[in-house]
Amino acid sequence: MAEIKLRQVRHSYLRDHRKEEDWALKELNAVWQDGTAYALLGPSGCGKTTLLNIISGLITPTEGRVLFDDRDVTDTPTGERHIAQVFQFPVVYDTMTVYDNLAFPLRNRGMDSARVSARVGEISRMLDLDSMLSQKAYGLTADGKQKISLGRGLVREDVNIIMFDEPLTVIDPHLKWQLRSKLKELHQRVGVTMIYVTHDQTEALTFADQVVVIYEGTVVQVGTPVELFEKPQHTFVGHFIGSPGMNLLPCSAADGATVFSGIPVQTTNAHKFKTNGRRMELGIRPEFIRFDNSGFEVEIVKVDDLGRYQLVETRRAENTIKMILAEGTSIPAERPRIAFDPKHTWLYADGWAVS
Amino acid sequence: MNKTANSKAWLFVIPMVVLVAFNALIPLMTVVNYSVQETFGDNVFFWEGMKWFEQVLRSDRFHESFLRQFAFTGMILLIEIPLGILVALSMPRKGPWVSVCLVLMALPLLIPWNVVGAMWNIFALPDTGLLGRMINGLGIHYNFTQGPVAAWATTVVMDVWHWTSLVVLLAYAGLCSIPEAYYQAAKIDGASAWAVFRHIQLPKMKRVLTIAILLRFMDSFMIYTEPFVLTGGGPGNTTTFLSIDLVKIALGQFDLGPAAAMSLIYFLIVLLVCWIFYTLMMRGEAK
Amino acid sequence: MKNAKLLVTLLYILFLMLPIYWLLNMSFKTTNEILGTFSLWPMNFTLDNYIKIFTDPTWYNGYLNSITYVVINTVISVTVALPAAYAFSRYRFLGDKHLFFWLLTNRMAPPAVFALPFFQLYSATGLFDTHIAVALAHCLFNIPLAVWILEGFMSGVPKELDETAYLDGYSFWRFFVKIFIPTIAAGIGVAAFFCFMYSWVELLLAKTLTSVAAKPIAATMTRTASTAGYELGLLAAAGALTIIPGAFVIYFVRNYIAKGFALGRV
Repeated sequence: MAEIKLRQVRHSYLRDHRKEEDWALKELNAVWQDGTAYALLGPSGCGKTTLLNIISGLITPTEGRVLFDDRDVTDTPTGERHIAQVFQFPVVYDTMTVYDNLAFPLRNRGMDSARVSARVGEISRMLDLDSMLSQKAYGLTADGKQKISLGRGLVREDVNIIMFDEPLTVIDPHLKWQLRSKLKELHQRVGVTMIYVTHDQTEALTFADQVVVIYEGTVVQVGTPVELFEKPQHTFVGHFIGSPGMNLLPCSAADGATVFSGIPVQTTNAHKFKTNGRRMELGIRPEFIRFDNSGFEVEIVKVDDLGRYQLVETRRAENTIKMILAEGTSIPAERPRIAFDPKHTWLYADGWAVS
Repeated sequence: MNKTANSKAWLFVIPMVVLVAFNALIPLMTVVNYSVQETFGDNVFFWEGMKWFEQVLRSDRFHESFLRQFAFTGMILLIEIPLGILVALSMPRKGPWVSVCLVLMALPLLIPWNVVGAMWNIFALPDTGLLGRMINGLGIHYNFTQGPVAAWATTVVMDVWHWTSLVVLLAYAGLCSIPEAYYQAAKIDGASAWAVFRHIQLPKMKRVLTIAILLRFMDSFMIYTEPFVLTGGGPGNTTTFLSIDLVKIALGQFDLGPAAAMSLIYFLIVLLVCWIFYTLMMRGEAK
Repeated sequence: MKNAKLLVTLLYILFLMLPIYWLLNMSFKTTNEILGTFSLWPMNFTLDNYIKIFTDPTWYNGYLNSITYVVINTVISVTVALPAAYAFSRYRFLGDKHLFFWLLTNRMAPPAVFALPFFQLYSATGLFDTHIAVALAHCLFNIPLAVWILEGFMSGVPKELDETAYLDGYSFWRFFVKIFIPTIAAGIGVAAFFCFMYSWVELLLAKTLTSVAAKPIAATMTRTASTAGYELGLLAAAGALTIIPGAFVIYFVRNYIAKGFALGRV
C-alpha cells in the first residue's frame, strides 16, 4: 500500500517533441491517495493508457518523477514496483490451470507451496473461481479470464495498486454489470488503491470514488462523480459526462454580465471578468433548464419521450438547446419560454471555467 | 466460422480436382500396376501379386536406407527446430533491420536444390573449399567424398543451412502474433525469461511449430537432390536415403516392379507418420 | 541479454552467408586460380564465367526455360486454387473434408515415387520436353499448397463481407473479382510466392520431364558437373545467377514474409 505521486510528469512517444502536440501526456502533477478507487476517464487516444503505463513502469516518462510513498521509482522496473494490472484483452497463461495461473506470481517470487495454496484458496473464493481451480484457463469465458487476471494481482499481499485498462471491453453486456459490482465489492473488502481506465462514463462514475478526466493529454478535472456533474471545470467534462451532455452556447461577457443571443444570463462563476479575446461559452446541463414565462423565447424542434423523462430539443437562432424534463411535465404549445438555473450555469473561456 | 451447405460448391473445386487428379491418380495407378506385375520388356506383364512387396520389405538394402532416412530426419529435426526457435527469439521485433534479416534468412529457401548441393560441394571441398580448408586447418582430417562421418556431417549441416530459416520464419510469425500485453503481464507477475518462454512464447508458437515440424518431416523424408549432388549417395551407400535408393532402382536398374512396390511403401510411411502427427495435433487442440 | 540476442542473429546470418560468399568468390575466378591457389577473394578477377553463360545458348536458354515453366505453373496454381479455396472456406459440401485431406496427401508424395510414371504419362500425352509439362507436373504439390494457404487467409475474412456485397446487389463473380480478391491480395501474394519458390527449386521432376527444348538451368548445371570435367568457376557463376530470381521475389514480398510463412494461420 502506498501513496503515489507524479511530479511534473510528461511523456512523448516521439524523439522530437518540440511542439505542444508532440506530447501524448502533457505536464501532470497528481497524488493518488492510498486505498481510493480512481477512474481515468477520457476518449480513445487521450493519454489514459500512457498515464497508466507510466505508473506501472511499462513506460518511463520522458520527463518528471514517479514516487511511491516518497520513494522515487521512476527507474524501478515493473516487477519490483509491486503493482498489478488487468489488461483490455484477457491475459491468461493458456497452458496452465486456473490454480497455476493464480499461483504464478507467488511462485515467481519464491513463496512456499503451503502459503501459495492458502492465498490462492482465499482469493479464488473471493472471485467465485474456487469451483474451477483445476480447469485449464484456456477454456474459460472472457469474464472468467478477466477474473483470473485480476486474481493474479489480488493474490499478492505486497500490491501497492491494481490498475485496470478498459477491462470490460470484451465482456458480454449482461456480465459487465456483474463484474463491475464485483470490483466495487472487492475494493471495499481489500482496500487497495485501484485505478480504472475507461472511456465509458457509466463505468467510471459507478466504480470510482474519484474520477480523473483526461482530454488531449491534459487532466481537465479530478473530482467525485457528483462534482463532475454539478461543477464541470472544463467544457469537455460538461460535454463528455451526462447523457446528453451539457449545452454549450457561444456568448459574450463583460464585467460579470454574460450575454447569450442578446439576452443577459446569470452564471455561477462569472462576477468580475474580462474576456481578453478568448473564446467564451456558456454551459448549462439539460437537467437544469425549465419552461418559465419569465425566460426567453425558443422554438421546439422535437420531443422524445424516454419513459422516466422527456428529452426536448429546442432552438434559438442557430443554437440547439436540449432540456430534460420529468415525466408528465406539460410542454407549452405556443411561444415557449425557457430559463436557466443560475446556480448551474457556467461560463467558460477557451474551454476552462472562469474564476 | 459456420459454413453454409452448398452442393454447387463442387463447381468451384472441379478445375482443381481435375488438374491434381491428372497428376496424382494416373501415376499412382501406374505405380500400383507395376507393383504387382513382372515385365521383361515389350509391354508384356505377368501378375506377381505381393511378391515385390515381400521382397522389398525383406531386403536388407531397404532396411538400411530406411534406417538411414529415419536417422537423418530425426537428426535434422533435433537441430533445426531448437535452432530455429533460438534464432527467432533473438531476432529484433521491429525496426529497419527486421526486413533485412528476413530477406537474408529466406534466401537459402529460394535456391534450386541442386545448386544448394553444388554450392556446398564447392564450399566443403577439402582442397579448394573454404569449409574444407578451415576444418583441415584445425588439424582434423576432413574429406566428405571419402569419409562416411564427414559425408554425413556435411549433409546434415547442409540441410540445417538450407532449411532452418523455414523454422525461423514460422516461429517468428508465431512470436509476432503475441500481443504486447502478455509480456507486460509477465513482467508484472515477476516471471523469469524462462517462464516467459515456457508459458507464453512456446504455447503461442505451438501451432506454427507443428506446421514447421510437419513440413520439415515431409520434405526431409523425401530429400533427394541436395545429397545426390553433394555426395551422390556415397561414399559407399552411407548417404543413400530412400529417394536416392528408389531412383537408383527405378531409373538406374530399371527394376520397375520392386521400385513401384518400394514407392508405395515409402508413400504409405510418409502418410502414416503425417496422419499420426495430424491426429495427435488435432486431439491436443480439441483439449 | 540484448547483446547475446544480437550475437545469435548475426552468427546465424554469417553461417547462411558464408557458402553464398564462397560461391560468388569462385564465380569470379579462373579455373587455373581455383585449382592453383587458395584465396579469400579473386586475385585475377574475371567475368569470363558470366560472359560464357550469357553468350552460350545452352546456358541462357536454361534460365529462360526455368522461368517460363515457373511462371506458367504459378499462374495455373493460383488461378485454380482461388475458387477451390473459397469453396473450402465458405461452404460445406459432400466430401469436403476428405477432399481437403486427399489434396494435402499430394503434398506428401515423394517426387521420386512419381518420376517414372510422370515420364510415361507425359510421353504418352505428347507433352514431354515442353514447358507446359513441367508446369503441370509441379501443380501436383503447388495446387494443394496454394489451396491451403489461400483457405487460411480467406477464413480470416468475415463472412459478413460476402453477405453485405450480395445485399448491395453484387453478383457472385463481380463480388469475387472486385471485392474479395483485393481483400485477400496479401494471401494471393504469399501463395504465388510459395508456388514460385517450390517450382523454382524443384529439379527431379523438371529434369525427368525434359530433354533439350525445355531443359531447366538446374539440369544444365548437373550436366556440366558430370561431363565437362570440373569447371567449378562456371558452375559457381551459374549457381550464383540462380539466386537472383529468388532474391528478387523475396524483396517484393518482404513485408508479408513473416505472416506469409505462417500460411495465414498464426
